[in-house]
Amino acid sequence: MNPRDDPALRPLINESGIEIKPVYTAADVAASGGTAMIGLPGEYPFTRGIHPLMFRKRPWTMRQYTGFGSARDTNRRFHYLIANGQTGLNVAFDLPTQTGLDSDDPLSEGEVGRVGMAVDTLRDFEIAFEGVDLDAITVSLTINGAAAILIAMYLALAEMRGYDLKRLRGTAQNDILKEFIGRGTWVFPVEPSLKLVGDTIEYCAKEAPKYTPVSVCGYHIRESGATPAQEIAYAFCIARAYADEAIRRGLAVDEFAGRLSYNFNIFGNIFEQVAKFRAARGLWATIMKERYGARDPASMLMRMIAGGGGSGLTREQPELNIVRGAYYGLISALAGAQTMALCCFDEAYTIPTEYAQRISLRTMQLLIEEMGLCDTVDPLAGSYYVETLTNQMRDKIEAIMADVDARGGIVKLVAEGSIQAEVSAQAYAHEKALEDGTLRKVGVNCYRIEEETAKVECHPYREEDARAQVAALRRMRAERDNAGVQRALERVHRDAKAGVNVMPALIDAVKAYASVGELTREMVAVYGRYREPIRF
Amino acid sequence: MNRPIRIVVAKPGLDGHDRGAKVVARALKDAGFEVIYTGLRQTPESITRIALDEDADVIAVSSMAGSHLPLCAQLKARLEEAGLGDKLWIIGGNLPEQDAPRLRELGFKGIFPTGSRLPDIVNYIRENVQ
Repeated sequence: MNPRDDPALRPLINESGIEIKPVYTAADVAASGGTAMIGLPGEYPFTRGIHPLMFRKRPWTMRQYTGFGSARDTNRRFHYLIANGQTGLNVAFDLPTQTGLDSDDPLSEGEVGRVGMAVDTLRDFEIAFEGVDLDAITVSLTINGAAAILIAMYLALAEMRGYDLKRLRGTAQNDILKEFIGRGTWVFPVEPSLKLVGDTIEYCAKEAPKYTPVSVCGYHIRESGATPAQEIAYAFCIARAYADEAIRRGLAVDEFAGRLSYNFNIFGNIFEQVAKFRAARGLWATIMKERYGARDPASMLMRMIAGGGGSGLTREQPELNIVRGAYYGLISALAGAQTMALCCFDEAYTIPTEYAQRISLRTMQLLIEEMGLCDTVDPLAGSYYVETLTNQMRDKIEAIMADVDARGGIVKLVAEGSIQAEVSAQAYAHEKALEDGTLRKVGVNCYRIEEETAKVECHPYREEDARAQVAALRRMRAERDNAGVQRALERVHRDAKAGVNVMPALIDAVKAYASVGELTREMVAVYGRYREPIRF
Repeated sequence: MNRPIRIVVAKPGLDGHDRGAKVVARALKDAGFEVIYTGLRQTPESITRIALDEDADVIAVSSMAGSHLPLCAQLKARLEEAGLGDKLWIIGGNLPEQDAPRLRELGFKGIFPTGSRLPDIVNYIRENVQ
């Protein structure tokens, strides 16, 4: 037989476009760039991990994405998860909060408390974090368009509860550029949005230096159709845009870079994913050191939450998502993630029930307790395949970044909708590949069952809770010092107009119980609203 | 009908998940239909206006974040007021099975939950546009 006819020898290309050979040897590692970038864990260029001992010292933080209904409902779920061994919180906000609307806004109709917790004023934060020690449990806020306001609320809450802001830890997602590519909870146009990210970085660098004001998300770009290599490349281009903005304001790189973090996706080919993360760590360290002149090793660390995997999960045979989640958790652990969160098996149907959340949490605990994943750092190091792929992924990511730069940079490409059009074209190609069978998905285009047997219990949405949220907001508006609120809102408006950092004004305003909607309105009056370039 | 079928693909409400809507929009275009995609955050009023302006034969709504029932109820009122009650209304997205009867009552004849196949959507439109 002609070897070209042997199916086992046909070219196999991974999602990022790299050809996968049937066997790897030391010669492949050498040909792909050798071992110069491997190094040791905790040492530059940190390919093998950002700490010398990694999980041996402390397992990854477990941080399931959680929030629904009112602050009271969400607080109950937080305590349930903490009681079950969760070590961090990851807050889901409802869509009105994410898009800067109050619960009584006509546009919020039907959306209050539906996909996350409803937040109108600081009072909601006070309730949501009741009984949570903000020093012991770090809190991550999944908020973008309205991030400056919600970060202001979190800092105000911590201060009011007596925490030292100089030592306060926690994270805000606050990555607006990816929000224009995927996820879509933008509020302001691109430029003022970037300016607001700069405000939060600058304010935190000075006042809350342990707080992580930005978690740059390749995650949602991948969910929108990007390849693993594009996921990292676009996220790095976005992170550079934020770093450039901070430097433009006069911050030194080592004043803020150690507090940038990342949020990446974990579904797909196990080896491609692990190589992706190893490559990305080395590349980010190089970028920070060589391009930005960082000297503090902390500035060079690619800290990340590697989790989710939403696009890998299926509506068909949903119980299989528990199995997929376990493999995704394995990827995240093998990749040396600082924090893990897993999408729940029922998420193609509903926001997760308590039961589904517990299974995801137990999946992570099982990896820690039973599977030996915390015993040794970067266990796939030295594999001919993984090291070759790590080198090749790094080349791929760099090439995509160079292409973005050559085309005018990420801010321009996002503003004109080019990246959106590109990932959307790939999402379409992906769907076609599923339909013609060139891409196989268990339960979807192979091994189907005609009668779905698993019954998924849907999380109930209670309209009376939305009405209660509106009533509480109106009560707050009646009871607070409205003259003080008015003054605070005017200051936000004035500071936004003057182009100075709006964080101090926002913090004062949230302390006076100004609402998310009121504050957003003041800023929209100055900054305007984003208009989406319609490309598909 | 002697012109291509015109379809408005709309994203109502605050939901920002547009991967599915864009994939379906492309598939409909590839199938020879004329497609107008509205972009995110459309109100019932703006969807109705676009459908009128574009002389749409089909109004295709995508909802991923669970608020399809209240949004479709509002949309039904606006579309009927505008005299678009005889057009084909369809919906896709994250739609629990138990909501299907209510969606049909609201006038959304074609219901395509996550996992639906693109050719099925295309064929449904061909067969149901008068």
